[in-house]
Amino acid sequence: MNAVRNLVARPWRLVAEAAALLTAAVVAFPLYWMVLGAFRPAGEIESGAPRPWTLAPSLDSFRRVFGQQEFGRYALNSLLVAGAVVIASGLIAFLAATAVTRFRFRFRTTLLIMFLVAQMVPVEALTIPLFFLMRDAGQLNTLGSLILPHIAFSLPFAIWMLRGFVKAVPEALEEAAYLDGASRTRFLWQILFPLVLPGLVATSVFSFISAWNDFLFAKSFIISDTSQSTLPMALLVFFRPDDPDWGGVMAGSTLMTIPVLVFFVLVQRRLVSGLGGAVKD
Amino acid sequence: MRAVSGRPRPRTARLTPWLYLAPALVVLAALLAYPVYQLGLISLFEYTQAQVSGGEPTVFRGFGNYADVFGDDRFWQVLLSTVVFAALCVLCTLAVGCALAVLLTRVRALPRLALMLAALGAWATPAVTGSTVWLFLFDPDFGPVNRILGLGDHSWTYGRYSAFFLVLLEVVWCSFPFVMITVYAGIRAVPAEVLEAAALDGASPWRIWRSVLAPLLRPILTVVTIQSVIWDFKVFTQIYVMTGGGGIAGQNLVLNVYAYQQAFASSQYGLGSAIGVVMLVLLLAVTLVYLRLLRRQGEEL
Repeated sequence: MNAVRNLVARPWRLVAEAAALLTAAVVAFPLYWMVLGAFRPAGEIESGAPRPWTLAPSLDSFRRVFGQQEFGRYALNSLLVAGAVVIASGLIAFLAATAVTRFRFRFRTTLLIMFLVAQMVPVEALTIPLFFLMRDAGQLNTLGSLILPHIAFSLPFAIWMLRGFVKAVPEALEEAAYLDGASRTRFLWQILFPLVLPGLVATSVFSFISAWNDFLFAKSFIISDTSQSTLPMALLVFFRPDDPDWGGVMAGSTLMTIPVLVFFVLVQRRLVSGLGGAVKD
Repeated sequence: MRAVSGRPRPRTARLTPWLYLAPALVVLAALLAYPVYQLGLISLFEYTQAQVSGGEPTVFRGFGNYADVFGDDRFWQVLLSTVVFAALCVLCTLAVGCALAVLLTRVRALPRLALMLAALGAWATPAVTGSTVWLFLFDPDFGPVNRILGLGDHSWTYGRYSAFFLVLLEVVWCSFPFVMITVYAGIRAVPAEVLEAAALDGASPWRIWRSVLAPLLRPILTVVTIQSVIWDFKVFTQIYVMTGGGGIAGQNLVLNVYAYQQAFASSQYGLGSAIGVVMLVLLLAVTLVYLRLLRRQGEEL
């Protein structure tokens, strides 16, 4: 990377840096506008003169969001769903990735190809059969109907990504552990698991997003018991296509984005190195 | 990879990998494989509200649903817009992502951090909120974009192409960061000596990218391309939220939303499933191309 940088003459570097800053501003602008819209006092948005700042920040939109419905309940549901999916798919994927990288057995390559193919299955097309499956299992209107499918959908990608991390742990370490008398289970959880944890963190970003963003299943499977609903549904209450309450929508959007943003910032370093590790393999 | 040879093997060793795989296989079989099978099955039956509630027996239609789907002009129109829309999304995402990844390598830490954080923010934004925010930005009455561009109360979601364009902007905005960060991580892994040697030979930056970086990055570019194809082909939330379920008179429908509308809005579960199967087959075809590409690169599975 340093090499590339030295190749660039100084004036060009300044141009590049200006371009990078400008791009950053453009990319961040929708988020800025969202937060600004959330804090605008009543009437300022509707006045039709949108300034890029606000003179009198107010919490009215947030009050409306929390007041009009069980927003807190929805937020908790969303967190429960995303948390359960991250933990369950992380653990299951860790075991599976270990199996396909550290053992040689029949059908290993077949399985790997199957995991790859599984990634291509359009989740949305499965809404119909999953609806009947959840109905027959008595899971409609429960958080389980949101958690279970998302575990399945994030697994193939998680296994595929974790492979590189498990591979990177030297075989010698495993042999040394056995010579010291460690059991397979002990090696798996006390030695391998902590070493692969950074990879799991990177992987968890994808399962977290898939579950947190879920819109379709919440819309299709939570049909009568709204106390089991999640944030996207809460947001849509304010988002009436003919007459949207933009302040409410932006406050709800801000609240829905913050947890993911916090999560991303926490794992940012891991994510960048994790993607590098996964694709280098 | 030499794996287990020469290691003391417990007697259970042959079973161990399957033990580790069991949870994954159970979950995938129950919640992915079985629903795929069910999808195929439902697509062969007359399956509407009457059958769902148990009022009427299900009738086997063979490929009748497919005949209906393929015989409908609307399907072909939706298929065409799906492919064109997804292709444009993929192209723009890749172009923006790669260009910015290269840009990241040319700047000092501070601008790099700024761009990285902005991109992470866009990436982290949930699809639903990203959709509402972009609609707000382009709102004819209250959005800043029309004001800046002097467009008055021009409605972006009214016209077919401008509505698709607006969704495209949102999709590219939230999906270029994955490409940018992955490709950037890839470039960083390229040994500095390789680039120095190329520069000493007098290669231009474009030449370095084309002859040195691009070939080294090909596995990464393949991964991000395929992921983008898969994601953009399946865009649902953005279209649904931003165009109000498929646009005026369904002008902005893509296959996903079309299948959903057929199944859940019109209670034509058989027809919706048939459309789902068509989508599945299309994406599997993409997968096969991907696998062949991996093979040709001599990638070990």
